[in-house]
Amino acid sequence: MSNIFSLISDKEKQSTSSATETQEYFVNMGPQHPSTHGVLRLLLTLDGEIIRKVEPHIGYIHRSIEKMCEKDSYQQIVHLTDRMDYLSCHINNEAVCLAVEKGLQLEVPDRVKYIRTIISELTRLSSHQLWWGVMGMDLGAITTFLYGFRDREQIIDIFEETCGARLTMNYNVPGGVMFDIHPNFQKRTKDFLKYFKEKLPEYDELLTGNVIFTERTKDIGYLSKEDAISYGVTGPSGRASGFSCDVRKKDPYSAYDRVDFKEIIRTDCDSYGRYKVRIAEMYESLHIIEQLIDNIPEGDFKAKTKAVIKLPPGEYYQRVETARGELGVYIISDNKKSPYRVKFRSPGFSNLFALDTMAKGYKIADLVAMMSTLDLVIPDIDR
Amino acid sequence: MFKSIYKYLSDIFNGVKTLLTGMKITGYYFFHPKEIITQQYPENRETLKMFDMFRGEVVLIHDENNEHRCTGCSACEIACPNGTIEIISDKAIDPETGKSKKVIDKFVYHLQMCTMCNLCILACPTDAIKMAQTFEHAVYDRSTLTKVLNKPGSKIMAGVKE
Repeated sequence: MSNIFSLISDKEKQSTSSATETQEYFVNMGPQHPSTHGVLRLLLTLDGEIIRKVEPHIGYIHRSIEKMCEKDSYQQIVHLTDRMDYLSCHINNEAVCLAVEKGLQLEVPDRVKYIRTIISELTRLSSHQLWWGVMGMDLGAITTFLYGFRDREQIIDIFEETCGARLTMNYNVPGGVMFDIHPNFQKRTKDFLKYFKEKLPEYDELLTGNVIFTERTKDIGYLSKEDAISYGVTGPSGRASGFSCDVRKKDPYSAYDRVDFKEIIRTDCDSYGRYKVRIAEMYESLHIIEQLIDNIPEGDFKAKTKAVIKLPPGEYYQRVETARGELGVYIISDNKKSPYRVKFRSPGFSNLFALDTMAKGYKIADLVAMMSTLDLVIPDIDR
Repeated sequence: MFKSIYKYLSDIFNGVKTLLTGMKITGYYFFHPKEIITQQYPENRETLKMFDMFRGEVVLIHDENNEHRCTGCSACEIACPNGTIEIISDKAIDPETGKSKKVIDKFVYHLQMCTMCNLCILACPTDAIKMAQTFEHAVYDRSTLTKVLNKPGSKIMAGVKE
């Protein structure tokens, strides 16, 4: 008897398992997808709704910026870096200028260092504001998008008055900055600090405590510290995994060694942690600007350089902290007026490839949240 | 049993509370329309003024006598990273000295290739060009973006040397 029963139950088992057995299938997310923020294509291997594998395919917006640098003079390279990570364009420009200044062994005036630091922090703030707005929009809240852009507009006005452009400013030149700061710059920046200090708590009220938002980000997209280090995930995404990687602290450039600020490190390792790091960084950026804005020293806004810059033969490397992570500029010079080879180590590229480890085992709807907390800018990945 | 019901109810209560916190801010701006900063763009064209530093397009400065300061040295052409500027020069005989002298025939500017990097303005030794504050560059035909900047019949200002 027992044999018969066991046979039946075995047969039943077989039939049920073949009915529930699922097949893995592929879905192309992008290149034209609203939440990839550009032309990024992700090849997803799915089991039902569960993500098994994420394979990023890049190259849709490749413009060969590194190759173009090889025919340009050192002054002309700077404007190309605007087009890499367009949300932290001033910091990209600064990285190239610092590398060239390193090659020339040129000491820039203190005024330049202060101006560069203030504008870098304003750039970081504007980038984080845009990220905050877009992050809310990715999760279905259009309100945050408009609030983020409202506050960003104040910073953009400061840039437009002093640097002459809203987004691709090209304000740095090797040896200093292009023009002196506008007479209204300090007043306008102080007004902004006062304004934004009132508005920043609104960000927390609107999104941080919201039950829909926390449910979709907490314990989602786990990236351990070991994985973060092995993938080279830097910036706020790396610091949310407990990886202390702030270049402003580790290898201070410009005026960062003269200001007091905290490196934000969290050990949540999830999407919510990455969100909270960026919100806390906005407070830190405000704190840095506050310390510098009243103490801009008098002096030249540009050190004297030759009209044709030739770097001595050798290799020069400079790293800076952009809004997304560590940007490295590597220049090989062979004593000509244009470099022999330029390589950019862009933060977005390294951060993107951690997505596979991060997304494995989570639902497909969570992928959008993970991607927005990585803060991807596609032209930065492809260059 | 009671604990799970209590947790269920408190979750709902807290969820509604956080949603209302967000709605409070939206409601505040709904009843304070003066704090909204939206600009009605095409309608405010007359009052909309860009900052003096704004980089819209390159223009060659002409004075009231239709004279400019460009000597045709092509420093801007060399400084440009994108090949935006083309200077077609010509030879003319200087009436004072009788020697032949380089003058510009056409100062061609390709707006479609310009990235507004301002390097040409910095390179110009005679301050002949500047950035204008225009910003509406949309056209129907791409060829209209290639412009000749020196006005017809214009000549170089007296006393401007390289």
